[in-house]
Amino acid sequence: MSKTILLGHGSGGKLTSDLIKKSFVEYFDNQTLKAMTDSAIVNIDDKLLAFTTDSYVVDPIFFPGGDIGKLAVSGTINDLAVSGAEPLFISAAFIIEEGFSIDDLESITKSMKDEADKSGVNIVTGDTKVVNKGQCDKIFINTAGIGLLERRCEHISTGKHIQCGDKIIVNGYIGDHGIAVMGAREKLKFETEILTDCACLNHLTKSVIDSGADIKFMRDITRGGLATVVSEITENRKFGIKINERDIPVRESVRGMCEIFGYDPMFLANEGKVLMVVSEQSADKVINIMKKQEHGRESAMIGEITSTNPGKAVLHSVVGGSRIIDKLTGEMLPRIC
Amino acid sequence: MKYIDEFRDKDLVQELSRKIKQISVKRITIMEVCGGHTMAIHKFGIPSLLPENIDLLSGPGCPVCVTDIRFIDRVVAISRLDNTIITTYGDLIRVPGSSSSLDKEKANGADIRVVYSTLEALEIAKHNKDKKVIFPGIGFETTTPSSAIAILEASKKDTDNFFLYSSHKVMPPAMAALIDEGIKIDGYIGPGHVTTVAGAKMYDDLANKYKLSIVISGFEPVDLMQSIYFLVRQLENNKPKVEIQYKRAVNYEGNLTAQHMINEVFELRDDWWRGLGVLPGSGLGIRKKYESFDAEKQIEVEVEKPKEPKGCICGEILKGLKRPTDCKLFRSVCTPSYPVGTCMVSNEGTCQAYYNFRF
Repeated sequence: MSKTILLGHGSGGKLTSDLIKKSFVEYFDNQTLKAMTDSAIVNIDDKLLAFTTDSYVVDPIFFPGGDIGKLAVSGTINDLAVSGAEPLFISAAFIIEEGFSIDDLESITKSMKDEADKSGVNIVTGDTKVVNKGQCDKIFINTAGIGLLERRCEHISTGKHIQCGDKIIVNGYIGDHGIAVMGAREKLKFETEILTDCACLNHLTKSVIDSGADIKFMRDITRGGLATVVSEITENRKFGIKINERDIPVRESVRGMCEIFGYDPMFLANEGKVLMVVSEQSADKVINIMKKQEHGRESAMIGEITSTNPGKAVLHSVVGGSRIIDKLTGEMLPRIC
Repeated sequence: MKYIDEFRDKDLVQELSRKIKQISVKRITIMEVCGGHTMAIHKFGIPSLLPENIDLLSGPGCPVCVTDIRFIDRVVAISRLDNTIITTYGDLIRVPGSSSSLDKEKANGADIRVVYSTLEALEIAKHNKDKKVIFPGIGFETTTPSSAIAILEASKKDTDNFFLYSSHKVMPPAMAALIDEGIKIDGYIGPGHVTTVAGAKMYDDLANKYKLSIVISGFEPVDLMQSIYFLVRQLENNKPKVEIQYKRAVNYEGNLTAQHMINEVFELRDDWWRGLGVLPGSGLGIRKKYESFDAEKQIEVEVEKPKEPKGCICGEILKGLKRPTDCKLFRSVCTPSYPVGTCMVSNEGTCQAYYNFRF
């Protein structure tokens, strides 16, 4: 392992998980943390609480369809939502570079408020620090969130009920956020603008949970992309996953950009996507419910849990060949969120 | 997506798979010598569509993989000099040298910037007149023209702080060297992009001398399956020749403008290849006329003694003598996150393709 921090340690892929295990979990050492779920799930008396935090360093801070503020709210809301929790409150802490425009700051806080309103939570506490020019890049934001979850949802973040035959569902086009941010950073002009998919998913997840559907697992698909999530689900488990490449929703424009830049859409970042594992019996019902929601109109079933290839995620390619899917390694695009 | 989906047509690919199985009798070994092909073959699961008597090998076609450790060591050493900016294609950042790599030097404070084109590097030179801007040029005829353009532009604009460190190479000497070493290769899947620039004429001598089948292929599944079909057909009929499958981009003469620029700036020289050693006339050095832009001549630096990583068999893998799964470091010590050899670093490298895509 490297003696210094490399950009790849922040990629959300393998280097990140190695660093977390070696330098954080090793020292912080407790059972709640060791579950390594999107949100920590803790017992308070008879209630189950979901608690999460995330920092945002996206560059540029404004990009098509969103900004760092929108991202900071939806990212934390989504970590709670995919744990099966109903988000209640969030905090917001700002590290701001000397000389940053107050107009820009307020345009960011306004979009945070809009996004919080949409999700139905309040931003109830915060912190502000200013550092010398050059000691951070414009603005970094940290948010933390608390939510409540029902006992019947306790298994969702760990996926311990997943079994063969379960179906894999995503709530729409993958890769939009990665391409939108890259396009803004490199000042690329697109024929049709590609917007970030950044959105709060708590209403979507709630509608599925409330329907009583048999949800085995949920995770938001962020930095490491779809590939990282599916390969993590099977890690050290007795089942495999089969994904049909043809069924993965990818916008034509995003596919085009991927062809040009040599990216695989499966590794692109998202900020408004959730992957669900649901029982075979519930699958159609879940898709129907999701399709009625604003952030689920393009929902699709992309694969299933299999007894073959245990511990591995396998992709059936568009031409009928098959190969494994692995986590993102290294850094595809630093500061994507 | 127009012009892409047609070449990823499942029925067509399955039909080609059936046709190959129908005519293929001999046990044959086919090598691809282009990183783009290596990746496409594994990404689309092409090996699972071929009969077991066809062996697919990956050769020395990934620019990063064939780059010698001495080159990396020198770039690392240059990056440690004061007032120096290294501008590079992203692939080179993580390639391990004898004791360091560019990403480690970057973490330690060296000014190393990833660029998408050499013109971006020139732009950086323009805005940093007090610094020396070095671009390490790697790769074959696909990347060499843009290095040539950078030097021609720098020369035209009298830029005095831009330097190219050339490790550019040409493909045919390596293809010949493998045959000379006695490695059993019946046919090559010829590199599509390289040949778009250099023209299919570049393989004439090779094909005549060694009676080799060479089919220049595109990069989509239908392209690759059709190229393999052409190769099998040639080999089954004992009629080896140079054939172009990738007709929508490749012709016999190639891109004469690009060739002219390469010839203007570069000249053939002997060069180190990882795993293959020094191959005569296989590298491209900068001509004397442009030596004021030649980092080798203009930037003095002390470079450590090369030390190849212990146990790494990238050299043998590049020659097609071994497969990644034969390496005891593969998947255990050597992974894309912690690469030991070059073939694991690049996403066009054979080891990474095996790691990412193969069961």
